[in-house]
Amino acid sequence: MIMKFLHKLASPPHFYRLVGRLIPWLGGLCLLLLLAGLYGGLVLAPADYQQGEGFRIIYVHVPSAWMSLFIYMVMAGAGAIGLIWRIKLAEVMTISSAPIGAAFTFLALVTGSLWGKPMWGTYWVWDARLTSELILLFLYLGIMALYGAIEDKRTASRAIAILALVGVVNIPIIHYSVEWWNTLHQGPTVTKFDKPSIHLSMLIPLLLMAVGFKLYYVVTLLMRARNELLVRERNSRWVAEMVTGK
Amino acid sequence: MSLAEFFHMGGYAFYVWGSYGIAFIVLLLNLFLPQYQHRQQLRKLTRRHKQMEQNT
Repeated sequence: MIMKFLHKLASPPHFYRLVGRLIPWLGGLCLLLLLAGLYGGLVLAPADYQQGEGFRIIYVHVPSAWMSLFIYMVMAGAGAIGLIWRIKLAEVMTISSAPIGAAFTFLALVTGSLWGKPMWGTYWVWDARLTSELILLFLYLGIMALYGAIEDKRTASRAIAILALVGVVNIPIIHYSVEWWNTLHQGPTVTKFDKPSIHLSMLIPLLLMAVGFKLYYVVTLLMRARNELLVRERNSRWVAEMVTGK
Repeated sequence: MSLAEFFHMGGYAFYVWGSYGIAFIVLLLNLFLPQYQHRQQLRKLTRRHKQMEQNT
């Protein structure tokens, strides 16, 4: 039953139609979560005892940084599935993830820089955390450029999957950089195994924003995946039937 | 807390609102770009299939 459903979902016309109906609902839910998170983070949460109101950048910075890593893992995972089983939809997910991941990485870098200036006194330092995150941005951009440079999209998908898998080595480096090297960047606050060192009134908006960003990724990923499918399947019957209305 | 205080962000207004502003713009662009591309692609495909029908 589930396998049958998955098999049907993996067929491009069904995916295209089902996802088209799903997007507005997911988008609405995403908007609600983000609005709740923003209200909690900007209005309800108290000012930080050390950083005052400036700490509120956390509500865009940390979820963006989490997404930059999360999307990379999804992209590399989809790339591996596409490489091994030649599933078209996995290939589509791989390339569709790259620009969204690049956007979140860019946001993590820019908001971090805007946070660093008042707190550390500088917009940028070449330390391990910031440099490895910058390399992540270049990985995303490299993957997009490589995909664009290869005419045949099946070949292009294999090439970017390999590049994405090689780049996975950067992910633990980013994650552990604040523990392995001396850095201006503070250590983890939330993902510690013992009690998180952040008050609930500050934590809840952060989690709302994080889930909101995840949903945002899902929505924009599905939108991009539909476009990519349309381009790749432009000569197929279902696309012809859809655009001619037959 | 007054509205002016809220926008002042305890002196961090530039950094806080700058961060939120850039995030807002980037996320909005990422939403509208695929939507725009989708419409363009559908239009292109419709035109192509119309031409193919006329040629046959």
